[in-house]
Amino acid sequence: MRRDLLFFSGFSLLVMLAPQLFKGGYLMNVLVFVGINTMLAIALNLLLGYAGQISLGHAGFFGLGAYLSGILTTTANLNPWLAMPLAAIIVGCLAGTIGFPILKLKGHYLAMATLGLGIIIYIVFNETIELTGGPSGLSGIPNLKLAGISFDSDVKNYYLIWGMALAVMLFSINLANSRVGRALRAVHDSEVAAQVLGVNARLLKVQIFALSAVISSLAGSLYAHTMTFISPTSFGFNFSIELLTMVVIGGLGSIYGSFLGAALLTLLPEFLRGANDYDIIIYGGLLVVMVMFMPGGMVRGIPAAFRKVVRRKEVRDHA
Amino acid sequence: MQFDQILQYVLSGFSTGAIYALIGIGFSIIYNATGIINFAQGEFVMLGGLLTLSCLQIFNLPLWAAIPCAVSASTVVGILFERLAIRPLRQPTPINLVIITIGGSILIRGLAMLVWGKDTHSIPAFSGDAPIAIGGATILPQHLWILAITLIIILANKLYFYHTISGKAMRACAYNRRAAGLVGIDVRRMVLFSFIISSAMGAVAGIIVAPLTMTAYDVGVMLGLKGFCAAIIGGMSSGISTVIGGLILGVLESLGAGLISSGYKDAIAFIILLLILFIRPQGLFGKADSERV
Repeated sequence: MRRDLLFFSGFSLLVMLAPQLFKGGYLMNVLVFVGINTMLAIALNLLLGYAGQISLGHAGFFGLGAYLSGILTTTANLNPWLAMPLAAIIVGCLAGTIGFPILKLKGHYLAMATLGLGIIIYIVFNETIELTGGPSGLSGIPNLKLAGISFDSDVKNYYLIWGMALAVMLFSINLANSRVGRALRAVHDSEVAAQVLGVNARLLKVQIFALSAVISSLAGSLYAHTMTFISPTSFGFNFSIELLTMVVIGGLGSIYGSFLGAALLTLLPEFLRGANDYDIIIYGGLLVVMVMFMPGGMVRGIPAAFRKVVRRKEVRDHA
Repeated sequence: MQFDQILQYVLSGFSTGAIYALIGIGFSIIYNATGIINFAQGEFVMLGGLLTLSCLQIFNLPLWAAIPCAVSASTVVGILFERLAIRPLRQPTPINLVIITIGGSILIRGLAMLVWGKDTHSIPAFSGDAPIAIGGATILPQHLWILAITLIIILANKLYFYHTISGKAMRACAYNRRAAGLVGIDVRRMVLFSFIISSAMGAVAGIIVAPLTMTAYDVGVMLGLKGFCAAIIGGMSSGISTVIGGLILGVLESLGAGLISSGYKDAIAFIILLLILFIRPQGLFGKADSERV
């Protein structure tokens, strides 16, 4: 536990010092997105990696957070700091309600149902033009302000987003190490066994689904307030798949893995500029290769591969 | 609301419904043989249409020759997919299977985008575009082709599953794979067969629908999902209930688009999907004993 805390402090320190290293510039903007995607990947990982319940509709919750924040602050003129929790509560209630019937399903059926839910939400964004602006998007969303500071530059946003992302991380690490985390893993391994041991599996699954949706919604609100413009294409089926890819290649059931996955998938397209149409092929290839050769993701696969190489070298040295 | 208009919606709903049914049966065949929902099913629909286009334009084949070529080429992709991605999987848990079939589908779609570009392409109708009047409604000859070919494929399926040894072996796998293995059925071969049949069926669906709706590298996503809805309504059967499921879906969608709003057309299918999964996960016609949850 103390080692966890030490590791987390080190990680936070690195995150907070990063802007000094990169001194502004375009990369700061990309790192803001890494922060948002880290939150989203952790949210999905709590559901998929810990509780073993897949969701292919998380882009929908992300979008709901963004749009609710956007609409509440533009048309209803609400303070962004008020809109954000309000959006999260609405999304949480929605996810909690739909969670009961949807989480009765398992495996492939759950995947298809959540996928359907995500697409319905996406269609609603496109069609309720009076509210959301439809396909042309919603603009003029205000930046967040705190004690006279307006979060309108990449560096300020970096600290805002990463402050939240680190909070989500710390919360998730604690959750994973708590009684709830152990119960989630028990549900993952066998729902029946978990229930026999006194875990209310059904309720727990709904609770983690709602929590995951709430975190996604918060990330969506932050996205809306930093971008000041949102349109439905950011919240479609492809983004749900991208989130899934982050969680899987980072490592299911590892919080730092989600960060690694989010960082890799956010930075990769930046290094592959010019090849911007091909990123979808790379995602597909990565998914297939990771599941086939490194089912534990990068956090487990890379150290394992490293140990293998070292061991081989030792054997060779002895011979 | 005039009767003619309703009739028109129902008729065009039937032909899209037939397409959904073909794709849905493809889902069911693989599901029954392997327990996998193949998220890449829609990509074979896309491949069918686009490969036909290439056969027509690049190799200058006549349509009757282009279609079998395209179907065989798509089937080869199906075989490769099963061999390279599904069979070597070390931990075939449901979540890993979902992820790998999604990954495969993205990969196939991306490669198709490289080959055919992002444009939409059209394929000529099989026999002209002269509309045929039925009652107060009109349909195109292509609608008739769709219905006829779907009917033939479904009959052929029935014959295969009930009157040939390998068809019966596949049904045995669907009931109980372990028991099928014990009586000497090569289960892995049956899995491969299921991928062959369903990728071929998907390709045919893609070919016959392409003259009506155009085709592009990304048509597979929606068509695949709608096909899955049809299969869910039909309780994942590879027979008549999925056909009825497809037709119900096609007609409801067409009526919804015509009478309510065309923007929400795609949402209708998914609302039906969720309702069926919540209320009757065994399908509209299934008995409650088959556990689908």
